[in-house]
Amino acid sequence: MRVEQISVFLENKAGRLAEVTRVLSEAGVNIRALSLADTSDFGILRLIVNDNEKAKEALKANGFTVGKTDVVAVEVEDRPGGLHRILDILRKAGINVEYMYAFVQQSGDNAVIIFRFDNLDEAVRVLTDNGVTVINGSKVYTM
Amino acid sequence: MIYDMEYETLPREALEAIQLRRLQTTLQRVYATVPFYRRRFDEVGFKPSDLRSLEDLRRVPFTTKQDLRDNYPYGLFAVPMENVVRIHASSGTTGKPTVVGYTARDIETWATLMARSLSAAGATRGDIIHNAYGYGLFTGGLGVHYGAEKLGASVIPISGGNTKRQIMIMKDFGATILTCTPSYALHLAEVAHEMGVDFKDLKFKAGLFGAEPWSEKMREEIERKLHLSALDIYGLSEVIGPGVAVECLEAKAGLHIFEDHFIPEIIDPNTGEVLPPGSTGELVFTSITKEAFPVIRYRTRDITSLNTEPCLCGRTFVRMNRVSGRSDDMLIIRGVNVFPSQIESVLMEIQGVEPHYQLVVDREDNLDKLTVLVEVGESAFSDKVKTLQDLEKLITKNIKEYLGVSAKVKLVEPKTIARSEGKAVRVIDNRKL
Repeated sequence: MRVEQISVFLENKAGRLAEVTRVLSEAGVNIRALSLADTSDFGILRLIVNDNEKAKEALKANGFTVGKTDVVAVEVEDRPGGLHRILDILRKAGINVEYMYAFVQQSGDNAVIIFRFDNLDEAVRVLTDNGVTVINGSKVYTM
Repeated sequence: MIYDMEYETLPREALEAIQLRRLQTTLQRVYATVPFYRRRFDEVGFKPSDLRSLEDLRRVPFTTKQDLRDNYPYGLFAVPMENVVRIHASSGTTGKPTVVGYTARDIETWATLMARSLSAAGATRGDIIHNAYGYGLFTGGLGVHYGAEKLGASVIPISGGNTKRQIMIMKDFGATILTCTPSYALHLAEVAHEMGVDFKDLKFKAGLFGAEPWSEKMREEIERKLHLSALDIYGLSEVIGPGVAVECLEAKAGLHIFEDHFIPEIIDPNTGEVLPPGSTGELVFTSITKEAFPVIRYRTRDITSLNTEPCLCGRTFVRMNRVSGRSDDMLIIRGVNVFPSQIESVLMEIQGVEPHYQLVVDREDNLDKLTVLVEVGESAFSDKVKTLQDLEKLITKNIKEYLGVSAKVKLVEPKTIARSEGKAVRVIDNRKL
């Protein structure tokens, strides 16, 4: 039920993001979803790609610091209150969302949101117990 | 103004005769009382009785800061502790500061040297000295203080900090001589300006500024903004404290070294060879009157040259030119000694952090600003912003705790720190001195 996300450390200076996309493009890696967290000094780029190993290898070879984290991809009904329903389930279970970002693609009629939790297993259990669809990594990479 | 007319204007020959006699006595004393020096002398087969001329000093081994650290805290003291009336320490190194001691006579000597220094800046009994050097283990505050009292001037022991209050006191108390670090002098000028106080309306006529390197350009700025004559003063705790050398008001060209108490040499920092007069190299001092903590051929790591030309003021002591740099990689940040290796050890103690770092020093608003760039490797990296910010905070806190300086920590990508010949460039000093 896990989706592997890679994260890249970026110094806050012009051209660094373009350098990442250049490396990935030359490696033939397709970006499925991404989010960029930034501070005044540095940024963290989080990526879901179609080929983690290839992406990691290419980035490392180009001198980037690359991390790997398991996240959860959740189907969210594409209508008012869809996201709220999920967050409310998590709130009631006392699960903290570290960060989240939206997937580019839709899954049928649903949107897909990526969640980062400290307690991933517990979060997945609570969500599935409440009838929320959690999407498998293998499916996410090729959606 | 010359405080000690007899000594400060001694003809060269007479001075050298005094130096030789005092040097012989000192070498005999350290050989007898300090096992470290006896061992060092024995290693090269030198007996204090071998010293027949000042030239013979070249045969004596050097003493380094590391030797002082190795003998921490009292190993190099040449008198029993019951004769030590004061202890000072350098601003701190990898946890262990350099500890020095003084007998009552040493304090008397030091006070005299500072009285000479204040006189060289034109101070007399009638002056009021605003002493903004820090009081404490640092020699600056108390060194100036005792000298001012010895001179018979009035001293305001204000110490550092609380700048607005300092300005008020300067104005109200009518101080005529200012003593502090040159960067603090400029900071005072700025704060005064913000408060609407013009130094033109204050009573200062001169200032003695030291404890950090500064330039001719900075002198011009201080003189313009503070409306006083700015003079350079040099000293280091290992030798005695402030008052090892001072500029005179008359010439303002080089600092007279009080050679009746300290013998200066200029050496090639790489070979240790004594360089011919006028050459630029590392300054080495031998104290020849100190009782509690004499140093023999102490390598200051300061790069300068000596000027034997007669001076306008009439003093016959040799002059040292402004310190132009350091023979090691030590940085002086707001008066605190910082070695890149200390930053390294702070980083090494933090789990996951690799010792790839660089120190960038800037001078902003006349205060030194230290930025520590730290490369983020995989083990320290996290996908969470908070984790990385916590890491920055932890490094900042540890640097402050271990080194006593505030630094801005900035995480950078791997390999951003330039490596030349496999060795990283550890220090970028952007201060325009």
